[in-house]
Parts: sequence; C-alpha cells; structure tokens
Amino acid sequence: MKLTDHTRFSGCGAKLGPGVLEQALCGLVQPAYPELLADFSGSEDAGLFRLGPHLALVQTVDFFPPIVDDPHLFGRIAAANALSDLYAMGARPITALALVCHPLKALGLEPLKAMLAGGLEALVEAGCALLGGHSIEDPEPKLGYAVTGLVDPERAWRNNTLLPGGRLLLTKPIGTGLVNMALRAQCASPEAQAAAEHSMATLNKAAAEVLARFHPMACTDVTGFGLAGHAAEMVSGEHCGLSLQLDLIPLLPDVESYAAMGLIPEGTYRNREGRLRFLTGNTSASALDLLFDPQTSGGLLVALPDSEAEAALLAMKEAGVPASFIGETGGPAGLVRIV
Amino acid sequence: MNLIVRDLDARGLPCPQPVILARKALAEGGFGRLDILVDDPASRENLLKFGAYAKCQVEEQPGEGTQTRLSFTPPATGGTQPAVAPAPNAAPQVPSGTAVLLLSSDGIGQGDPDLARLLMRGFLYTLTEADQVPKRLLLMNSGVRLAVEGSESLANLKKLEARGVEVLACGTCLEFFKLTSSLAVGGITNMYEIAGHLLEGSSLSIG
Repeated sequence: MKLTDHTRFSGCGAKLGPGVLEQALCGLVQPAYPELLADFSGSEDAGLFRLGPHLALVQTVDFFPPIVDDPHLFGRIAAANALSDLYAMGARPITALALVCHPLKALGLEPLKAMLAGGLEALVEAGCALLGGHSIEDPEPKLGYAVTGLVDPERAWRNNTLLPGGRLLLTKPIGTGLVNMALRAQCASPEAQAAAEHSMATLNKAAAEVLARFHPMACTDVTGFGLAGHAAEMVSGEHCGLSLQLDLIPLLPDVESYAAMGLIPEGTYRNREGRLRFLTGNTSASALDLLFDPQTSGGLLVALPDSEAEAALLAMKEAGVPASFIGETGGPAGLVRIV
Repeated sequence: MNLIVRDLDARGLPCPQPVILARKALAEGGFGRLDILVDDPASRENLLKFGAYAKCQVEEQPGEGTQTRLSFTPPATGGTQPAVAPAPNAAPQVPSGTAVLLLSSDGIGQGDPDLARLLMRGFLYTLTEADQVPKRLLLMNSGVRLAVEGSESLANLKKLEARGVEVLACGTCLEFFKLTSSLAVGGITNMYEIAGHLLEGSSLSIG
C-alpha cells in the first residue's frame, strides 16, 4: 500500500498559490472586533484574538495529502506542520482538532489508525491536547490539524516586524518538495529520503523554546510558499527588507541535482509567479528552484538582533536544532535581496 | 541515424509524471527522437530542464493555449544510457542494446548462396565483437538453421547468448525443416511472441 499513490499533490505543495489566495481574499472585510489582533488580511502565520490584558488566543489550521508512504510518519509530519505556525508566533500549543479525509474502501482502516497515532504522538510531544475532529470519505487521503495556542500578544513574534541590523537564522534545511518529487520518480537517494523525513517529522518546539530566551524581531515558519515566499512576507513591514546569502542556505542532500533533472514541484512555479516581484539580486533559475521549493513542516525563519545572534545559534546547536545563519535584515522595505 | 519517432502524450499529468515518462523512454531508447505533448507550463519547464540534464537536443513546437510539443533528440554517442542515471533501486543495467534483429534466412541477400552464407557468418561474428549487442535475435524460415547442430555460426550465437542476447527460433520453421531436436542454442518461440517482440520497439530485418 503506497499512500502517495492516492494523491495528486503532496504535502504543502498542494497549497493554492499566493497569487490566487490574494485575489480570492481581495476586498473581503469583516467588522473591526476590538479583540481581533491579526486575521487573514495581514498574511500572518496564525490568527490572534485577545482574551485578556496579557493573553491572546492563537489559531491556525493546516492539512494536506500524504507526502510519505508510512502512515504513522505522515501523521507526525501533519501534526508537526500544523503546530509550526504556533511556534513561529512564540505561542504555547494547548488544543488541537483533527481534519481527516480518507478513502476507506481503497485504503482500509489500518493506515488511518496509524496516521492518527503518529499525529497524536507529535501532539503529546508538544503538550497539546487533542479534543476531537471531523472526518469525511474522500478519494484522496488528507490529514491535518486545527491547533490553538496561547500567547501574550505584546510578546508574540510577528512575521513582518523586521528592523535593520539583524541576522537571519533558519532552523531546518530546505528541499522537502524536491525530495518528494524525486521519491515519486523513484530516484531519491536513501540519504535524501531519510534526511527529509527526519526533518519534516521534527517539531519546531525546541527551536521556539530557544528563541523564547532571546528577543526575536520577527519570525515565521517556512512552509508551502518556500523560503523566498515566506521571506517576501517578512519584508512587508515598513522598516526594512532582508538579504539571503545563497551559499549559506542549508539544503537537504542531493536536492540540487533533482532540480537540475526537472523534478520540480508545480508549487515552486506557482510560488515564483506570485512572489518573484519581491526578489532582487541573483534570481537565476537554479536559485529560484531552491528558494521557492514548497516546504512541508519546514523550519523557523527568524530575525534576531545582531547582539544576540551568536548566542542564539549556540543555544540552538546545544538544543540539537540544525540552525544556521542565512542572511541579514536591511535594505529597502518590500525587497528580498539574493546574494 | 535512427529515424524512429516515439510519441508520448503527457497532457493532464501532474509533476513529476511527464519527466518520469521521458526518463523511462530515454532509458529504453530505440528511437531517434522523442516527442512529448504537454499542456502544463510547469511540466514544460521541467521537461526543458530534464532535456538539458539528459544532454538532449530539444526543440519546441507551441500549440494552442498552453499546449506544446517538445522534441527530444538523444545524444548520438554510445546510446542514451550515460546521461540518465539509473534509479538506485532499479535492476543493474546490462550493457545490452535495445535492438531486436529478425534473421529470416541463413544468408544475407539474394544471388549467390555461398556469398549470402558467408555474409551472415561474418555479420554474426561482428556482432560478438561489437560494443553494443542486440537485445534479441529472432530466427525465422531458414534462419533457424543458424542455431542447430553443425551450423558454422553456432559458436557465435552461443557467444552472443552469453553476452545477454536472447536467441529465439521459430518453432514452426524448426518443425518444417525437421530440426526441432537439433536446436543447439537459444529457445523456441511462436508467431505470437515474435510479433510482440517486433512491435515493442525498434527492430531490424537481416537476411
């Protein structure tokens, strides 16, 4: 039984392109609820709703078709990916609801049980209580979670509050979209497969716990829009842009050769179409194929004040987080410079 | 020069299916040009990248809307294998070719029967020395005489068989010549299989 045989897209590659989403949301407004701190209009990772003076609810949802064939692993990845948006805001996960689409006739009950067990394992690791969920019969399997967290809204990390003079840290290598395509073409190396699976199944919990000891300027998690797509969201603030140094960006094994072979997810092209206008500098095709690769359960992309950056990196290493510096903040707002 | 054109319709297929199909076709070979029809811009870009990777010459014939036809001409030297890395979990590549040869006589050409037989013997000997051997030899009509006891080409056919060439003799023909019990190399086949082998890829008729 191969889970991914039942899917057209996989992982976050199934996401609608940002261009499409902006068009669909354009002109949609809701009343200005006094407690509403962040909604869909701000391209924030999660919504924020104030409950009290120093307490806000953080809510987000993410679900997608299988990206791996092992149902338990897929469950873990789906939960890790959903929780990631909470970690990116510095929130503490508290509750989750499962969203399940399952082709019962084609796959039977066992893979569903394994998926939910894998998901629960990751939720337990996060200290996040699963309250329930909803399931429907669907020819294409999908799994995800709506997750809720708590945060002090004054201390929540936003994604577009960059200031000049900061350094950018990325806590996981990129390339899960390319590895997934190579797997489907049966030419992924065992090293690439193992590294991608391990990376996707790892919670951003440890990385977020380290960051909580410092003062991040801005933070986001790298998922379906790719590193450059999420970087483009970060530069939407008023103060400055950022620059990414290509040769510093950590890659999963062999992904450059997969890109050269043309094993590029459709999501990469959609991301490029929607966000290329924010990029300057080295926008060669080979760079863009990596920068816009849609990530499933990717790492945190965080801007830290220069004075804290080295200490934060050291703390990440001590916590077992494979973080690296990949660039710095600065330059004109609205632009991501690739060097 | 191989003038055979293989056509693939990859319209409506999600990434990376079109690239997988192209890769598989190139690995199989047996054609001079591979034409792939696609209707998705992402698949088009991926196939163009794949073409460069596989060192193919690629030409494009845009059609209506997003539909386009990409023509891949594989590199001429040494077949198409080296440019396309085999899948790690695929069976190891044997250095055999993909050509199917139909030998419908024990000689090559008409006219003097001695010259014809000499040419066939020389041809089979040359095959044993060639860098790339055929995938299969199909023996029909008097061609089956090449594979029986006493044939002057028997040793060469055995050498070819040892190099991975499948030698198949037509059962009806062996019976006609009452040589079934004398077959000394390869196996016996029937018209159904012969037709299947001849239609599966590039094949050449010798003799």
